[in-house]
Amino acid sequence: MRERVIAEEAAIHTEAVLDAQGLYYRDLNERLYRLVEQGARSIVLKNVSGQRYIGTNLQAPVRLTIEGVPGNDLGAFMDGPEIHVMNDAQDGCGNTMNSGTIVIHGSAGDILGHSMRGGSIFVKGNVGYRVGIHMKEYGDRRPVIVIGGTTQHFLGEYMAGGVMIVLGHNLKPGEMHPSRYIGTGMHGGVIYLRGPFDERFLGKEVGLAPVEEEDLLLIERYVTRFAQWFAQDAAALLQGPFVKLYPRTKRPYGRLYAY
Amino acid sequence: MAWANCENRYNDERVSSACGLFGFMDTTGQRHDGSRAIKALYAMKERGNGLGAGFAVYGLYPEWADQYAFHVMCRDEADRLEVEDYLRRYFRIAHAEPIPHTPVKGMVEGPILWRYFVALLEGIEEAQAEEDAVIQHVMRINSQMDGAFVFSSGKNMGIFKGVGHPEQIAEFYRMDTYQGYLWTAHNRFPTNTPGWWGGAHPFGLLDWSVVHNGEISSYGINRRYLEMHGYLCTMRTDTEVVAYAADLLMRRHGLAPEWAAAVFASPLWNEIEAMPEPEQGFYRAIRQTYGSLLLNGPFTVIIARTGQMIGLGDRIRLRPLVAGIKGSMLYISSELSAIHLAEPAIEFTWTPLGGVPVMARLGSAPEPPPSGHRMSVLAPEVRYA
Repeated sequence: MRERVIAEEAAIHTEAVLDAQGLYYRDLNERLYRLVEQGARSIVLKNVSGQRYIGTNLQAPVRLTIEGVPGNDLGAFMDGPEIHVMNDAQDGCGNTMNSGTIVIHGSAGDILGHSMRGGSIFVKGNVGYRVGIHMKEYGDRRPVIVIGGTTQHFLGEYMAGGVMIVLGHNLKPGEMHPSRYIGTGMHGGVIYLRGPFDERFLGKEVGLAPVEEEDLLLIERYVTRFAQWFAQDAAALLQGPFVKLYPRTKRPYGRLYAY
Repeated sequence: MAWANCENRYNDERVSSACGLFGFMDTTGQRHDGSRAIKALYAMKERGNGLGAGFAVYGLYPEWADQYAFHVMCRDEADRLEVEDYLRRYFRIAHAEPIPHTPVKGMVEGPILWRYFVALLEGIEEAQAEEDAVIQHVMRINSQMDGAFVFSSGKNMGIFKGVGHPEQIAEFYRMDTYQGYLWTAHNRFPTNTPGWWGGAHPFGLLDWSVVHNGEISSYGINRRYLEMHGYLCTMRTDTEVVAYAADLLMRRHGLAPEWAAAVFASPLWNEIEAMPEPEQGFYRAIRQTYGSLLLNGPFTVIIARTGQMIGLGDRIRLRPLVAGIKGSMLYISSELSAIHLAEPAIEFTWTPLGGVPVMARLGSAPEPPPSGHRMSVLAPEVRYA
């Protein structure tokens, strides 16, 4: 164990480049794993084109920088790494991820952070449908998703825990979030939304409340990190008003099949 | 394999699921080879499992542009002669030949494949629109002849499909020898119905073609409705209802594609109730009139016809659809990476909301969605302003 720690410390700044051109995802992950075993701690993946499940089997404090468009389920079941996507991400990014960080410099697709149970995801642009579906928390594991732009429908569907923040900082003056059915089936966690949205189409299981001091502290903590990742002005991003969306009950369907 | 962007040596390609769709259209009408589509499908290889693939190409037969191009698959030579005999009775055959193909390693032997360039004999069934007469003959062959199918029947377009991986089907039909201004392509992962040659996508009728990912759980009710209008479902899979419904709505009933999209993927009732008039009235009328053609269940389709390509997903987006623009070209795909691979210099990509069609028409440059979300590449549209 001690030897491993020493080896890891020695390799902390070890950099590597991996050309993903023509690599099937299993081979790509295999090579990533080998590089990490050899001590690489910062790996640039070039020419990525749709390979799925990147980074799924890494359990090390390694930093991956992805150039190109990674495929579905990027960082699925991920436990520890820090992934930077320089372009857009596809669907299922951060699926059931356990810990670590994903930073997306473009936009992300559907079911981002699906069943996520720890770690954090930052998206500079917009996100698709069902982001944060069934994300959950336990003890000190509290997953976080911060979205710089806006979101499509069913944000936080069946959400059971964790924190989501939508900043809407690409909305034009007077423009609403297109998002409908936010928090449908939500029974845990919290969503903070900045910018107007159509309240007629909120999920039925969601309550609306103004943010309080402790909410603002939480928002500030994660938005400051968001601002650092994307070199933005945190103070500008923090200008509200924010609104808080919370689950009205912990068991919205408890009586659905009970007579 | 020039298009192969990666090689899978694990033989696990039957493991994953969901079909892969890809389409592109040059709205200037300039013709291109299909390498973009083949490359794109190869990048989404995990979406299929080798049990079906195919291509639809428009602007394909300029030398026979006035003739209906019938692509026919037959069990044996006797079946083919029976089809030919039938065609001679109702059509003038301008040209007939086997569809050129090459044996491909790993592919099972397919049916006999011929193409006929035909025109209706004058004086026959003159009370009908010409297209309706053609449909009737296609339906008759497909439902009454045991060993023969017409799987493509439009003018200046053609469908090529079979059981195999997309790159195998492309090699089999020598797709590199064809040019078109509009290509759609499909990589199949059959779920509820068998993987057979006729069941591969695209599905076509007249110059309509459809590629589809998902399941149409309303198939039964859609099918019964279409049968009342003379369309017989014979291909043992749900997708063909979309091709027939497209013909009924957009050709016979003259609906604009936007309204056909509202039939297939109607807004939910609570959304209709929140609309202002007269919009609300239009949507109510559409749902009341064409409720039997609502496509229920998860789906994404690319519908094409002469001069037009339409991408559409179900109203709560249970299947993926992304679009991209480069100059006069519109791209539609199941996955974004495939668009970047097909067009490295893509200018704009976005993900339309469920139920919102993405369209391109010959002669007008494709336009990004009317939205201010330009800061990022993925720009959701707002359905009603």
